[in-house]
Amino acid sequence: MSSNAITVPGVQIDEKPWVDILHEWVTTVDHKRLGILYIGYALLFLVVGGIEAIIIRIQLMYPHNDFVSPQVFNRMFTMHGTTMIFFVAMPILFGFANYLVPVMIGARDMAFPRLNAFSFWLSALGGFLLYFSLVGANGLYGAGNAPDVGWWAYAPLTAPAFSLGHSSDYWTLALLVSGFGSIGTAINIIATILCLRCPGMTLGRMPLLVWLNLVMSGMVLITITPLSAAQIMLLVDRYLGGHFFDAQAGGSAVLWMHFFWIFGHPEVYVLIIPCFAFMSEIIPVFSRKPIFGYPVMVAATICIGFVSMSVWAHHMFTVGMNSYANSFFAITTMAVGVPTGIKIFNWIGTMWGGRIQFKTPMLFSIAFLFQFLIAGLTGIMLGCVPFDWQLSLSYFVVAHFHYVIVGGILFALFGAFYYWYPKFTGRMLSETLGKWHFWLFLIGFHMTFDLMHIPGLLGMPRRIYTYEPGRGWDTLNLLITIGAFIQTIAVLVFVANLLISYFKGDKAGNDPWDAWTLEWSISSPPPAYNFASIPVVTSRRPLWDMKHPEDPDSRYE
Amino acid sequence: MSAIASPFPEAPPNWNLPYRGKVAMACLIIAESAIFTIFVVAYLFYVGKSLSGPTPREVLEVPIFYTICLLSSSLTMHFAAKSLARDRAGAFLGLWLFTIVLGGLFLFGTAQEWHRLIYEHGLTISTNLFGTTYYSLVGLHAFHVTAGLIMLLAVAIFAFAGRVRMQESHRVEVLAMYWHFVDAVWVVVFTVVYVLGR
Ligand SMILES: [Cu+2]
Repeated sequence: MSSNAITVPGVQIDEKPWVDILHEWVTTVDHKRLGILYIGYALLFLVVGGIEAIIIRIQLMYPHNDFVSPQVFNRMFTMHGTTMIFFVAMPILFGFANYLVPVMIGARDMAFPRLNAFSFWLSALGGFLLYFSLVGANGLYGAGNAPDVGWWAYAPLTAPAFSLGHSSDYWTLALLVSGFGSIGTAINIIATILCLRCPGMTLGRMPLLVWLNLVMSGMVLITITPLSAAQIMLLVDRYLGGHFFDAQAGGSAVLWMHFFWIFGHPEVYVLIIPCFAFMSEIIPVFSRKPIFGYPVMVAATICIGFVSMSVWAHHMFTVGMNSYANSFFAITTMAVGVPTGIKIFNWIGTMWGGRIQFKTPMLFSIAFLFQFLIAGLTGIMLGCVPFDWQLSLSYFVVAHFHYVIVGGILFALFGAFYYWYPKFTGRMLSETLGKWHFWLFLIGFHMTFDLMHIPGLLGMPRRIYTYEPGRGWDTLNLLITIGAFIQTIAVLVFVANLLISYFKGDKAGNDPWDAWTLEWSISSPPPAYNFASIPVVTSRRPLWDMKHPEDPDSRYE
Repeated sequence: MSAIASPFPEAPPNWNLPYRGKVAMACLIIAESAIFTIFVVAYLFYVGKSLSGPTPREVLEVPIFYTICLLSSSLTMHFAAKSLARDRAGAFLGLWLFTIVLGGLFLFGTAQEWHRLIYEHGLTISTNLFGTTYYSLVGLHAFHVTAGLIMLLAVAIFAFAGRVRMQESHRVEVLAMYWHFVDAVWVVVFTVVYVLGR
């Protein structure tokens, strides 16, 4: 392959006037630029959602604190949850999928480049709508308010009588619009993977990242849509006088809960499966071994995809379902732990006997393994119905799902940033700053979220804006808040690393990690057309075959 | 990179992957099915739970003629696509226009039914749970028929301009998939609203 002979000099871009550069980015249909737009957009919202989290933590630092009013506190936790799930986690993972899937299967772009751009701008519009509620929710006289119904917006809180003004409408529209964007991107990813693989890239030879994103996109098709349907019903209720969730006219608030969690639980897997995908690429490269149990990994992922569709009502044990439903959802919840356990086993099997290199991406991956395991275990605990009756809606649950989302998803994402940043920009992220980032974030994370389990066990409910002193929660809450500040400092180190390394980082070259998948065969950053000549592969590790023609993988597969 | 510049091996013969349009439409159909499933579940969940009238039994009439129209439009669509694949442009255009007429008739039937329900029986979307779920489910389906008709009309205009040839038949088949899906959904909606729900 001679793609290295043709390079696009990045210098040329700098000579254009900034209006042209902006125009290029706004009108782009290139999957790499859209990927970076997704990631940049998500990082922006990560800062916003992070500030909201800090406001929540400052308010809870001391008993009887009055840093913010109860009303503002409600808005903060609603906006924090909605922002982090829909406008940070989803777009950032779609951004990585957008960027990486085509270059890992030897394609020049996504199957539908314009649909891709359309989906991104829909998602962007969704985020804008959510925050426009701050000025527009009470009408356009600049005295609005933000949604305050919690990220799951249970009925009847969203009924016109209880949610005055338009804040709930902006929440609904934001999720509806960004949901359509997600569906468009998911369709695009599936079509790309099934129709644009380079010659020789059979399904069994696709990198695991591609496989897992295929499963994730399939799940998006059937998990985001129930939420969209429920949002349409809510709009019918609020604007046309419908009665879907209106108990006064025979409607059911519990139906909304079902619809929300039919989306809500699989959504966790939509977010974590791409993170599994990062792990499945990073761990083998830094263990210098091929992935252990490739077919089992694929099978376990598909299994998770199916089983996770039938566990949603474990979020509703306290609603009062009958014992058959309780038993069913408890059993399926525990069952989903089996394929997940298989995956953790396989990652450890990959590391076992390998020559492990403790570079920053690998550090984040190892932390991910431990933390995701603990998050899974507390999940199993909450899947036990009597235990859940005791601790549902307590800080134990908050600690559990932040262990999944921060300890799992965010750690995996940081690993992915350190691993693929060289490919995106052509520069290495600083290892020194990376280690500072890792250790500070690790300490902050454990200080906050390990300790957060305890006030939960001691009975501290979630979503309270303040609490009485002397219940044993005081010191713990102070320490949790200090942990949150340590995490903030770590994220600032990360942002500094992103910026400094972009200008001053070491040149990455094509293949800084001596990796094996196709994205490392082209220049960093890749040219607009990715591959000068479309590659042909004969095994799961095409670059290994190129580097070791005397001992190619294809001989053993 | 020169160290690893060994050329890729030869391309395998017969490397054929599915057409992206069909894959994407199949995905869209899966996503749409999930949306319809939620609306159907809501409809069935609320059958007989309205606190006030009118009830489905009092006001709904089974739209047999318009159902036959919509279902037969699937047949004409199928033969239209086949004609195009066999390069019979005249037959294609004729069957295509017939499909549009049948789809249009179905929409007219829905409009007539809604007009009757609203003006004769006073049933609107805010009257009771039946009204809410009925107009939402049937309306969601009618919306999909309308979207389909707009796309069919676009193809008809291109066909009149002589731009729809045999080479494009795989694209027409993508649209045919959507139309068959909309018809299949009507079978479900019909069963739920006019058979089970009454
Ligand atoms: Cu769950």
